[in-house]
Amino acid sequence: MLRSAATRRVSKHEAAPSFETSAFRALLRMRVVHGCGHRSNTMTDPIKPQSAQDVEAAVQAALADGRTLETVGHGSKRAIGRAAQWDGTLDLSALAGITLYEPAELVLSAKAGTSLAEIEAQVAANNQQLAFEPMDFAPLLGTEPGRGTLGGMLAANLAGPRRIKAGAARDHMLAFSGVSGRGETFKSGGRVVKNVTGYDLSKLMAGSWGTLTVMTDATIKVLPRPEAQESLGLFGHDSVDAGQAMRLAMNSAGESSAAAHIAETAVKRLPIASLATNGRSVTAIRLEGVPPSIAHRRELLRSILRPYGDIATLDEADSQALWRAVRDVTPFAAAATGVDRPVWRISTAPTRGPEVGALLTASLGAEVLYDWAGGLLWALVPASEDAGVASVRKIVAPAGGHATLIRASAAVRAAVDVFDPQNAAIAILTRRVKEGFDPKGILNPGRMYAGV
Amino acid sequence: MSNLKMPEVEQSVLSRRDDIVAALRAIVPGEGVIATEREMKPYESDGLTAYRQIPMVVVLPDTTEQVSRVLRYCYDNGIRVVPRGSGTSLSGGALPLADGVLLGMGKFNRVREIDYENRAAIVEPGVTNLAITKAVEDEGFYYAPDPSSQIACSIGGNIAENSGGVHCLKYGLTTNNVLGCEIVLITGEIVRIGGKHLDAGGYDLLGIITGSEGLLGVVTEVTVRILRKPETARALLVGFPTSEDGGDCVAKIIGAGIIPGGMEMMDAPAIRAAEDFLHCGYPLDVEALLIVELDGPEAECTHLMTRVEAIARGCNASVIKASQSEEERLLFWAGRKAAFPAVGRISPDYYCMDGTIPRAKLPLVLQRMREMSEKHGLRVANVFHAGDGNLHPLILYDANKPGELERAEAFGSDILRLCVEVGGVLTGEHGVGVEKRDLMPAMFNDIDLAQQQRLKCAFDEKGLLNPGKVFPTLHRCAELGRMHVHAGKVAFPDLPRF
Ligand SMILES: Cc1cc2nc3c(=O)[nH]c(=O)nc-3n(C[C@H](O)[C@H](O)[C@@H](O)COP(=O)(O)OP(=O)(O)OC[C@H]3O[C@@H](n4cnc5c(N)ncnc54)[C@H](O)[C@@H]3O)c2cc1C
Ligand SMILES: Cc1cc2nc3c(=O)[nH]c(=O)nc-3n(C[C@H](O)[C@H](O)[C@H](O)COP(=O)(O)OP(=O)(O)OC[C@H]3O[C@@H](n4cnc5c(N)ncnc54)[C@H](O)[C@@H]3O)c2cc1C
Repeated sequence: MLRSAATRRVSKHEAAPSFETSAFRALLRMRVVHGCGHRSNTMTDPIKPQSAQDVEAAVQAALADGRTLETVGHGSKRAIGRAAQWDGTLDLSALAGITLYEPAELVLSAKAGTSLAEIEAQVAANNQQLAFEPMDFAPLLGTEPGRGTLGGMLAANLAGPRRIKAGAARDHMLAFSGVSGRGETFKSGGRVVKNVTGYDLSKLMAGSWGTLTVMTDATIKVLPRPEAQESLGLFGHDSVDAGQAMRLAMNSAGESSAAAHIAETAVKRLPIASLATNGRSVTAIRLEGVPPSIAHRRELLRSILRPYGDIATLDEADSQALWRAVRDVTPFAAAATGVDRPVWRISTAPTRGPEVGALLTASLGAEVLYDWAGGLLWALVPASEDAGVASVRKIVAPAGGHATLIRASAAVRAAVDVFDPQNAAIAILTRRVKEGFDPKGILNPGRMYAGV
Repeated sequence: MSNLKMPEVEQSVLSRRDDIVAALRAIVPGEGVIATEREMKPYESDGLTAYRQIPMVVVLPDTTEQVSRVLRYCYDNGIRVVPRGSGTSLSGGALPLADGVLLGMGKFNRVREIDYENRAAIVEPGVTNLAITKAVEDEGFYYAPDPSSQIACSIGGNIAENSGGVHCLKYGLTTNNVLGCEIVLITGEIVRIGGKHLDAGGYDLLGIITGSEGLLGVVTEVTVRILRKPETARALLVGFPTSEDGGDCVAKIIGAGIIPGGMEMMDAPAIRAAEDFLHCGYPLDVEALLIVELDGPEAECTHLMTRVEAIARGCNASVIKASQSEEERLLFWAGRKAAFPAVGRISPDYYCMDGTIPRAKLPLVLQRMREMSEKHGLRVANVFHAGDGNLHPLILYDANKPGELERAEAFGSDILRLCVEVGGVLTGEHGVGVEKRDLMPAMFNDIDLAQQQRLKCAFDEKGLLNPGKVFPTLHRCAELGRMHVHAGKVAFPDLPRF
């Protein structure tokens, strides 16, 4: 607590000028509006820190008053997740800017509120990419596309189709600094790609949905972008055959970087004309790399997949469009299906995927889109009061894995567990970990689990 | 050993030793409990042999249930526990405690399940790294992380240290290749995390257990990702007149969008030691030697070899040799892989360091290291995972000469501080253990370290699992958990209020 003591002293002796930032003004403004220390359930003006120090001051102030804070990056998708309420909002979008980018060292550091679009454009200009292919939820949620920040991406542990080859955000997060729920600024990790010094707290931040720490800066690993890509398409298979074909491809020397299966109904909603009009389900395998390698692997996969009938090749442009659509689950886009139909995201073992999907269809009438060679299911279910939660949990549990309710109305999200309920041992660990970072439960409390 | 402070011995525990041994025998019968000094001797140190300590007692369980009962007993009785895999740690992570149980996991040596369809293998933690590959190679698969110690080190130890290998630039470290595990907490509770699916539904506990150096729980089962073996692999041997040229070449290869399967560099002393030892055809008139391995389909290797050769030529390479056969490829690697023993031949003892630096700082770091070498009066040879900036300086010394070990350690500390100073880190793959424990403040301040320790507290409130490792100062969890905010009282009276 040395640090807070120091902060206290500064603000006492130098008074307002040292905190002459908009965060400070926002704090003051909120004091005027809501009085001292009163909890308010109405949405207040967000606090918009301009610096990491502002974030620390804001968290300390919230702590002192026992107020909870919701952290948002671009906040474009705030209505998602467990429906909980917070006393104030910490808007990190002004905490933006790439602070270090060394392509040859494969690292990039930026402030947490930096827009993902800016980062992706920067690295693309150097023929690099975020290999884990973070998805854009906008189509699914019917929100403004192209939004999202570095902090939000990491806190959500996003990953797209390349997850099965290149990992998720967790695998590319090298370091961060941030402010814990104790109001203390701390850091973890390093700006080099290989580091085992101390606990790997970055892993814990990835997927913690801002419930442990407000990240102010982060460093990620960036990798070369493949020179070329194309995809192979198989047609008219059911999910069981498709699952087999995808696993066959993944387990061969074909080095595919993605494998997905899209059923007939969903195919019609794909942005690739040749597929959408074909009318049959598509099972797609992506090949990336240098052209001579792709050529070789194309032939290898063609011969392995011969039993599955005709094989089409999607050129670079179609392949890109297809995988963007799979990544962002556009066949289930709000615009296509209506935003009221809930969407579940389920991670399971690839061999179990098709069976889970079939059960979801049988019991809930779900439409299922398979990514990760059958290990990731996006399930679109009919609108209902509980999004079919009981059936989903009952079907996923024996297969192993987890299901998260990604899209649903606020009323539904308030009524059901959005994240997978945890067993007792994990729940206790989760709570203890939370207490270690945020003992007073002021950071995004309840976003993942009640009381966490 | 030189000035290493370990947690003060609990006399109250030591004085109950006979009872404790008897109680442990009741849990793990027969030869599973070792209590004579002579038989415990092999466990007195790990790969960092400069530090030695005979434990209070060695326990070798062979079921998860036994592990659970042993830990519960230790928890109830306030007894410290040090987990151990194969004992190859180079940072003293498995160094025993005089008043502690050394929990050897060597009997957990079965491969439980191989699931090719899901590209996963479930193994016990005592299975060696290489044994996983051996178990799946007939089907054309392998386990990617390949520490040089792979014939000996256990997968449980790999998890604890988040170990890497020469192929981790392309294929990732242990943490990127593990899907799930079963751990036993110090309370005896058995917790399963992950499985054959990807990512955690909640907090990524698997991600923090990996690399936690045996401080959070004892790993009793591991699910790893297995991969299809690349069709071919070819290696290129490239010599440079200066280390700057070598570093430049590495940067340009990556800049060209090529991530080789492996990319290793050696400096002149290391090259000479390896060549004298194995005669693998290394050029002796170069300052830096780079081994670049490209793997994948033949067509890809050939294509990329041509490009890497062109880049190397543009970086003043004085020697370029492409492997023409599998034998030759293995020969190129033989020298690098045997670099430690090779250096062992030219010096009675050597001390292996493990910092990571931003690669661009290599010439500066090598220059400063030469100066330090003069200052400390000890020679140093360097091997370098060039792709990811992980440097292994080998400091040559003679433990029989008074003061040399201390000088070697001081030299090592200087090197690691230098790594941090240039923007790097204290350890790239060997872990903190006891070795780098007291250097942690060079990278982290008190708040950073306290936050890490609070994670430890979430798993092991009493601090019984592997204490004295990783953290330079031990704090009680109660003290770390204290918050200076009290009901009704405001902790920051001078901050602007809402
Ligand atoms: C169960 C659940 C499901 C979700 N599903 C979707 C979804 O389907 N689509 C979607 O778009 N979004 C979803 N989100 C929200 C998530 O916001 C995004 O996907 C995210 O990437 C959007 O980026 P953003 O910058 O707008 O982040 P935000 O929406 O502002 O924030 C995303 C999450 O990260 C946290 N966060 C943001 N910045 C930081 C930071 N600097 N430090 C710590 N934490 C931070 C937030 O508190 C929030 O929990 C979901 C959230 C939850 C809880
Ligand atoms: C010649 C040589 C070369 C090496 N090369 C490399 C290399 O290339 N890359 C690399 O990363 N490392 C390397 N190492 C270091 C070492 O081999 C690794 O750190 C290895 O992972 C240790 O495994 P182990 O089974 O020997 O573990 P041990 O040395 O027995 O233990 C290491 C740590 O793991 C903990 N631990 C062990 N088993 C468990 C368990 N089941 N549950 C919980 N905690 C456990 C111990 O408490 C200790 O903290 C090398 C070592 C040597 C001697």
